Amino acid sequence: MIKFLSQLGRYFILLKKVFSRPEKASVYYKQTMHELVYLGINSIGIVAIISFFMGAVITLQTAYNTENPIYPTYLIGLGTRDSILLEFSSTIVALILAGKVGSNIASEIGTMRVTEQIDALEMMGVNSASYLILPKMIATLVFNPFLTLISINVGILGGWIAGTTAGVVTSEDFIYGIQYAFIPYYITYSMIKTLFFAFIITSVSAFHGYYVNGGSLEVGRASTKAVVHSSVLILLFNVILTQLLLS
Amino acid sequence: MIKVKHINKSFDDKKVLDDVSVSFEPGKTNLIIGRSGSGKTVLLKAIVGLHDVDSGEIWYENVLFNKLGFEEKKEIRKEMGMLFQGSALFDSLTVEQNVRFPLDMFTKKSPEEKAGRVNFCLERVNIINANKLYPSELSGGMKKRVAIARAISLNPKYLFCDEPNSGLDPLTAILIDELIKELTEEFSMTTIVNTHDMNSVMEIGEKIVFINEGVKCWEGNKDEILSSDCAILNDFVFANALAKQLRNSGR
Repeated sequence: MIKFLSQLGRYFILLKKVFSRPEKASVYYKQTMHELVYLGINSIGIVAIISFFMGAVITLQTAYNTENPIYPTYLIGLGTRDSILLEFSSTIVALILAGKVGSNIASEIGTMRVTEQIDALEMMGVNSASYLILPKMIATLVFNPFLTLISINVGILGGWIAGTTAGVVTSEDFIYGIQYAFIPYYITYSMIKTLFFAFIITSVSAFHGYYVNGGSLEVGRASTKAVVHSSVLILLFNVILTQLLLS
Repeated sequence: MIKVKHINKSFDDKKVLDDVSVSFEPGKTNLIIGRSGSGKTVLLKAIVGLHDVDSGEIWYENVLFNKLGFEEKKEIRKEMGMLFQGSALFDSLTVEQNVRFPLDMFTKKSPEEKAGRVNFCLERVNIINANKLYPSELSGGMKKRVAIARAISLNPKYLFCDEPNSGLDPLTAILIDELIKELTEEFSMTTIVNTHDMNSVMEIGEKIVFINEGVKCWEGNKDEILSSDCAILNDFVFANALAKQLRNSGR
């Protein structure tokens, strides 16, 4: 318990350092642009591929589990849309990004720690926590909502292609279903969750990387811890946010 | 002048520095020597503020450095340059960007002025036509020289070098030593070098401090070190077979 509280304290101390005034805005701006490409744009591919196939599977599963004449087939489209919108594109994509982006952040910062690059920054008088973490945080907070929107669209597209190709739903029914009883607030809900999850992924992973002590073995361990802890926190906050936002 | 007074530092229960007091001479190459694990690096990192000391004082001229806050330390840190043991070049930046980094961060120079300063520093350490290379494409000696170029880019008053020769062949090590000595004289810097390399001691040591198990055991210059009556220092200085033979033959 004491160890947990001590870690929690260190986490908030790190956040305080991260959000202190940047040394030079122009350098931070460049760094943020770099991270937007590195952490954001480079994640589009994996998010699109996974969303496409998950959308396809959700459609097929919905179809096979609602094979009953009393259910209209447009409900397959509706089920796909709501599954993707409410949970898949925010939570599952966040879990995937915790693996890709989280391990990347933890290992990058951890390697900088063990090779004294962070000491070199501190030595120059640079606030290393802010310089290394703030641009990553801004980049993920700005770009992850776009990733979620891409995921929603590609997931529904995957569902439509799989559903019509497999013959479980007609194109007209699927399109009618995805428009049926649409609640725009679900998009807001998904975006709010995405922002929370982006903050969790970046801050938790950066925390594990920043406080690495030792060598390459510890960097690997920090990277694993970053993914596990981010994922658990995402799942926990998913429950809390769902209750708060949908109740 | 840099002075440390009665500094103590422990990690958990292990005492690493025990009441160390020493003055480093301005404008000279000061050496901290000792065996691996003797506390040299901790002392150097304490002096530059990378480790907080448990007690004691670290003075830069008339400023009590270790009691300053982060923002106040920043002003003094702009006058420091440091060469780390593993060079600590930023992997994601090219040679040129590494040397320009402190200029980007702390000066308002124009891009042309920065480029001029970067090229001057790189030429001064004999790095030619490597501006666009990444650290992973450089040899160990080149990395050290680029790290020195980065360290001097802001024209510092103080230069700190942690094991500048580690991992280098003897000839490259001598070149690095000579470079550090030349730069110290050329820019009138106060330089503190951590080393366990006796070649460095005899090449560049103007003031030498010997640390053993966290305690300062001896200080003097390179002429005095060979005739010291400190037994632990003698064991360290005459550790290798050649040095022992020379001592026994009275040369």
